[in-house]
This record gives sequence, C-alpha cells and structure tokens, in this order.
Amino acid sequence: MARAVSSRRKWTFTILAWALAFLIFFPILWTILTSFKTEGDAAAIPPKFLFFDWTFENYGIVQERSNYFKFAMNSVILALGSTFFALIIAIPSAWGMAFSPGKRTKDLLMWMLSTKMMPPVGALIPIYLIFRDFGLLDTRGGLIAVLMLLNLPIIIWMLYTYFKEIPAEILEASRMDGASVWKELVYVLTPMAIPGIASTILLNVILAWNEAFWTLALTTKDAAPLPQFIASYSSPEGLFWAKLSAASTMAIAPILVLGWFAQKQLVRGLTFGAVK
Amino acid sequence: MGTISLKNVRKVFGDHVIIPGADLDIKNGEFVVFVGPSGCGKSTLLRMIAGLEDLTSGAIAIDGKDVSQAAPSERGLAMVFQSYALYPHMSVRNNIAFGLKMAGVPKAEIDSKVAKAAATLNLTDYLDRKPRQLSGGQRQRVAIGRAIVRQPQAFLFDEPLSNLDAALRVNMRVFIMQLHKDLSATMIYVTHDQVEAMTMADRIVVLNKGVIEQVGSPLELYNNPDSLFVAGFIGSPKMNFVTGSEAAKQKAHTIGIRPEHIDIVEGKGTWNGKIALAEHLGADSFLHVDADGAGRLVVRAPGEFRGKEGGAIALKPDMSRLHRFDDMGGVIR
Ligand SMILES: Nc1ncnc2c1ncn2[C@@H]1O[C@H](COP(=O)(O)OP(=O)(O)O)[C@@H](O)[C@H]1O
Ligand SMILES: [Mg+2]
Repeated sequence: MARAVSSRRKWTFTILAWALAFLIFFPILWTILTSFKTEGDAAAIPPKFLFFDWTFENYGIVQERSNYFKFAMNSVILALGSTFFALIIAIPSAWGMAFSPGKRTKDLLMWMLSTKMMPPVGALIPIYLIFRDFGLLDTRGGLIAVLMLLNLPIIIWMLYTYFKEIPAEILEASRMDGASVWKELVYVLTPMAIPGIASTILLNVILAWNEAFWTLALTTKDAAPLPQFIASYSSPEGLFWAKLSAASTMAIAPILVLGWFAQKQLVRGLTFGAVK
Repeated sequence: MGTISLKNVRKVFGDHVIIPGADLDIKNGEFVVFVGPSGCGKSTLLRMIAGLEDLTSGAIAIDGKDVSQAAPSERGLAMVFQSYALYPHMSVRNNIAFGLKMAGVPKAEIDSKVAKAAATLNLTDYLDRKPRQLSGGQRQRVAIGRAIVRQPQAFLFDEPLSNLDAALRVNMRVFIMQLHKDLSATMIYVTHDQVEAMTMADRIVVLNKGVIEQVGSPLELYNNPDSLFVAGFIGSPKMNFVTGSEAAKQKAHTIGIRPEHIDIVEGKGTWNGKIALAEHLGADSFLHVDADGAGRLVVRAPGEFRGKEGGAIALKPDMSRLHRFDDMGGVIR
C-alpha cells in the first residue's frame, strides 16, 4: 500500500514540476515561435500557437538591418571581460575570508550582499555622471568595470561558500608536506576548487550577458551589446513583434546553448555548493 | 636529532586563554602522548609545535634550533590528522609522494621510497586509487605513509585512530607502536583515550584546561598521581574518591583508592556494604558497592568471585596504595 501511495505522490510531483518548468519556459518558447511568424500572424487575436505560416524572413530582415555580430561581439567581450576581472579580485578575497576569517568577515559578506538589495536606479545618476565626466560612456572598458562591480558580491559569495567546503586540514597537510604558499595554491587549492570556480564563471557570464539595465543606460553604439540590439526593435512607431522576437531569439541563443551544455555545473553553482 | 622543547608556550584566542604557559622537553626517539579531556587544548599545543598555529608568546625549539617563527614546512615535522586530510584529487601514490615532490627529490628515488612505504603499509595494490575509493583504515595508512616517506625529525599524530572502529583501532595502535620501534623516531601522539596513552607512551603529558598537570611514565602516573585530576583520569575503571569523615580520618580532604587495591575480606572490613551491581568480564569482575560511610565504590574481584547483587560484602583497602588529596586537589605525600 505504502508503495502505491508513494508512487502516486511521485507522479503528482513529476507532473507538477513539468508544469512549473513549462510555465517558466513559456515566454521563451513564445518568443521563439513568434520569431517565425509574419507580422500579421504575430499580432493576430486570438494568438496562433503552432498553426501559422512558418517563415524565416524576420531573421533575414534583422540581419540586414543591423549588424548582429557587432553586438554579439560586444556581449562576448563584456561578459568574459567582466568575469575575468571579477575573478582576479574575487578569488583572493574569497580565499582570505574562507581560510583566515577575521572577526568582521561575516559582516563584510552581509554588507557586500546588501549592495545587491539596492535598486540599481538609485546609483544610476551618479554613475552616469561619472561616466560622462570621465568619457566612459559607450566604452567597453567602462561597461566592463560596471558589470564587474555589479556581480562581484555574488561571485565572492559563491566562491566563498565553495572554498569553505574545502577542509582547512587538507591545506595544512600540504603545508606540513613542505609546500610553499604558491605550490599549495597550484597543486592543492586550485584543483580542489575548480568545479566551484567553473560554475561561478558560468553563472557570471550569464548574468553579464543578460544585463540590460546598465548596458542600455550607458551605451549607445560602439560598446552596445545584445540588449541594445533587442531594444532597437521596440520602436514607438509600430509594433514589430515578429522582428523583435527574432532579434531576442538571436540574442539569447548563444547563452541558451551554453546553459544547456553546462546544466550540471550550473545547478551546482546555483545551489551555492549545497549539493555535493 | 628529534628533540623538541617548549618554553613557556602560551596561546590566547581572543579573550580565551587556551594554553596559559607550557614547558616541556621531549627527548630524541621518545614516544610522548598528550592526553586530556576533549577541549583541553591538546590539538592546539600540537598545532603550535607543527607551526600551524602561532604562539602568543614563548618559544619552541626543535633539535636545539628555535623555530618559534618558522613556517610548518621549515620545521621538518610530519603530521597525521584526525580527518586524515588526504588530497582528494590525487591518487594514493601521489598523496604519499607529495612531500618528496615538494622537496625536489629525484623521480626514481621518489618511486622507490613510495613503493617501500606502500609495502610496509599494505597499500601496494591501492597505489592508483583515489582516497574516496578506500576504506577508513586504508585512508589512515595512506596518511601514515605520507608522513613516513619524508623521514621527518618527528611525527605528530592528532587523534589518528578516533575515526576507526574498535577492532581496527587496536590493530593500528600496535602498528604505530611497531613503527616507532622500527624508525626510533620522536613521536608526539594526541588522544583523549587514557587506555591509548597508557599502552603506547614512553611518557604521558596530562593536560587539563590547557595546563600540563603532570608528566611521567605510565606507571609513574598510575602509582603517583600529583593531583586529583590525574588520579581520576588515568586508570580504568576510575579511582574511587571518598570525602568526608572517612577522608578526615586520613587527614585529607579526599582519599583515593583504585578498584584493584581494595581487598574483599571475610567478616568485618574497613568498609562494609552491599553489592549494587556486578560487571563480569571473565578474567575478573567489577563490583559496584554501596559502602557505609564511603559511598559508592568500585572494587575489582578475581574472576572466580561469585558475589550476588544485593549481597553483603566487607572491604579492606590496601593502605599503602591509598592516595590523599588536599582541598585544592593536590596530592599530600
Ligand atoms: N581557532 C580557534 N579560535 C578560538 N578558539 C579555539 C580555536 N581553536 C581551538 N579553540 C578552543 O581551544 C580549546 C582547545 O581546543 P583543542 O586544542 O582543539 O582541544 P582538544 O584537542 O584537546 O580537544 C577549545 O575550547 C576550543 O574551543
Ligand atoms: Mg583535538
């Protein structure tokens, strides 16, 4: 009897989980579907789900009208650049906090996280003015700095929780074995931390790739990444749902593919090392 | 070679004085055991010797050289941790070889040393496995292998057997003692288990709340404990303590007598009472006696003694084996 009940529960939860996953995925699915419709079908009421005239013309038009690769290139540079510099700062900081914590380490971590609770608009005007006065507007360097600072708290937190999982005694054992700080770092610490560092990189690339608020506010042309590319199709003059959707699909495709292949790493990363 | 000396070594964590000041001289080749209840500062003291923990003040010398400020890697010691602390991403072979690699030993020499250590430790068939594929006892042996290949000045063990089951623990205990004989190296061994301390040590250092209560050979501590604490900690079952009028008769605040130093007599004894409980171990039995005037006493009886629970019993302590303590817990000689 107990078996039957538990198997029924299992089914219920499985169906529920799939339903929820579908619900979450639906907007993306809808965007992708819409990108294959004509503008007429895209705006049709009632909406057409699968039975419409499938067409690739939106992709062609979008490709012709704007330089997708320039935006994509900027996105890649911003995502990788901000992640790279963030790691250079975050690895030593997290290392220090995990292995030789001070009295205020916990407070420091909380304080860093609290900066993520502030609405970004609050910092928009000062940062905009700083960018304007230092000639950083619409530069990749400026944007890399902002994206890095934006995600640094999360990165440090993630790495910190990963490093915390590494038993200090293993590092001490390597010290007893005669390893210098540098050798301890190369032969013992880093190999043990690689899964954690990898998921951190992955998550940060995704966050930076999708960042729209700051990229829309601080770029116009030269440094503009894919969110600008999408935004350029939401014009007030007319509704071009299909083209907007095609642009969006093109913008999210690379990160979607990356996410798909790195699912396992990502789940590990998002649970902040709670799952072994 | 492996002499270790501590001079007024002190450790403070924040506001907590963990080790108020320890002095100790360890001779070359000696097997010294730090024993004491959990939380008394044994690991802290060992880690200070290892260099993993800074000294608040005081000095440590190894082989006559002051190493108080030296990094762990400069002290020439090897340590076996309670958690084994193996490198999880390395094979058994590389775990054992790591210290030699760090020291820049040539590859051929590393291979032969690792092979020799593995043979001693019965690990030859496991050299290519990862630590997670080993049992607890095997991991323990890898940790020991990692220590012995380096031929250190001294070995430090921090409760190395406490994660093993009872049978394996006895085997490993004998193994470590044999290792000490074969290598004749200095070893410092930390444990909270007084049986381990008694069976393994050349000299025992009893710690209580960070203070070295007494240092001596197992028999010295057994026969002449300096304090109530040492008397109660060393020996199993524990020494009986009696306070009140019975102690006052001996001009002491507390008197102590071990279970094996109380005789069971016919007729009337010094203390008379009833057997409350009897533990029969075969070779002998331990009787828990409610004695008039002295309270609950544990008495060792030879195996053939057939006292029944609830039965009357008369006891006579061996007065030459009686320990007297003052109200501060110090011994009165
Ligand atoms: N890093 C530390 N910070 C603060 N207190 C510590 C630290 N390490 C140990 N202690 C304290 O020092 C005391 C002795 O610890 P330890 O040496 O591990 O005891 P033992 O090994 O005898 O069980 C304990 O009360 C412990 O809480
Ligand atoms: Mg300890």
